[in-house]
Amino acid sequence: MTEGGYAPVPLLSLEGVSKHFTLHNQNGVRLPVLEQVDLSAYAGECIVLDGASGVGKSTLLKLIYANYRTTGGSIRLLPGTPAELELTRATPRQLLAARRESIGYVSQFLRVIPRVSALDVVAESLLEAGQDGPLAMHDRTLRRVNPAQNDARAEAASWLHRLGIAERLWSLPPSTFSGGEQQRINIARSLIKPRPVLLLDEPTASLDDANKSIVIDIIGEARARGAAIIGTFHDPTVAAAVATRRFSLDGSRMLT
Amino acid sequence: MAADSATPLLCARALRRLYGRIVALEEVSFELWPGEILAIVGESGSGKSTLLHVLAGQLEPDEGEVLFDLPGRGLQDIYRLCEGERRTLARTDWGFVHQHAVDGLRMHVSAGANVVERQMALGERHYGRLRRLALDWLQHVELDPARIDDAPVIFSGGMRQRLQIARNLVTLPRLVFLDEPTSGLDVSVQARLLDLLRRLTRELGLAVVLVTHDLAVARLLAHRTMVMQLGRVVESGLTDQLLDDPVHPYTQLLVSSVLPP
Repeated sequence: MTEGGYAPVPLLSLEGVSKHFTLHNQNGVRLPVLEQVDLSAYAGECIVLDGASGVGKSTLLKLIYANYRTTGGSIRLLPGTPAELELTRATPRQLLAARRESIGYVSQFLRVIPRVSALDVVAESLLEAGQDGPLAMHDRTLRRVNPAQNDARAEAASWLHRLGIAERLWSLPPSTFSGGEQQRINIARSLIKPRPVLLLDEPTASLDDANKSIVIDIIGEARARGAAIIGTFHDPTVAAAVATRRFSLDGSRMLT
Repeated sequence: MAADSATPLLCARALRRLYGRIVALEEVSFELWPGEILAIVGESGSGKSTLLHVLAGQLEPDEGEVLFDLPGRGLQDIYRLCEGERRTLARTDWGFVHQHAVDGLRMHVSAGANVVERQMALGERHYGRLRRLALDWLQHVELDPARIDDAPVIFSGGMRQRLQIARNLVTLPRLVFLDEPTSGLDVSVQARLLDLLRRLTRELGLAVVLVTHDLAVARLLAHRTMVMQLGRVVESGLTDQLLDDPVHPYTQLLVSSVLPP
């Protein structure tokens, strides 16, 4: 990371991050999951989270994506840049913008949207970016074709093709697809837009070896373009293939 | 979402409304930005419908203000506008989709006339243009244009809701209030309506205040969600945050009481 001879700046920086769940309807039982996690992620690296099941690997990714709310500590996105954002204190509107522009997240399961084709599910994030454009306030009409739409669909098609989704499926909603197909849709959907920070939660869990190696290549390409990647990988071969650094969460849990 | 706009579109400040001694709304404040979809969830009696009517200019609050960004004038308290201004606002820049289509449609007037009523109220009289507009909008909401001369009284529940949506969106409003738009519909009809709402809100960049008791509807449509209980907002945040990591005891109860949305 320091080959260039200057001090690198992380794209993401966690300091003292803790997460406790309080279950009010279970007699207020308190579950400490993460305690005082410090972690910085730099451009071009892939950090693989290690630790036993239940240690909080997915929870950490969800905290960074602001899907879960931190109990303590700070998570700074793009620190030192004009776009710097303290994710634990950001407004919903800032978080939505951060997700749109800066943080990609591949979850374990695809949350399907009824009646939307696989192609459009994958293309969606490219169109979201242009949402203020062609159909903005002063010129809104449904008849106008969004010029970005064809480009976005072409890009989505190339991702689906690369991930081996048969072309006859592209126009169908992914709700009826197999687990592995849904996961590949999820990967394409989340990675199609080249965001600087990528969070991968078991992206290869239900993939065969051929598709695993495609995803390994995609992760390598994201690193090469300067993304900072943090992920969990159940499969030790995949983990070894993508990791530039390992980070163990085993010690972070407070034993109470 | 229009991330670069400098002012919110709608702004609620410390709203309070009583029915006799019953507190229906207490200390409700929030901002809604252009293109943003906000869900208000809570059970019956939580104050969510009262809030919707207060926001939509139909029920004056006892305390607090509802501000709307008027073109060229900035944020204005809608209850300080004169009646005529408020009415014009309600039928051009706002839409209101009722839970029961009979409250939002003229049931014995043709579908086409229902769609273009707002346009006619704004002064459009050209029959050919009105008819073309009606045909366009029937298609936008996936209704068969051949039904243009039929009255909604012979439409199904899902068709009536779609007609109501067309009738509201025909003036390209910036803000739409949706009151339980999918309740009472069959599941397959709901899915189609939700997909339609999702598409139209995105394509038109609509800001929406959506009242629903269905957390799955909030998950699918809303960027943000507010949870109400006994007239107060007990928790608010990104919709997925609120559903996946609810913090307030009442939100936890709501989320754990339903099958995973």
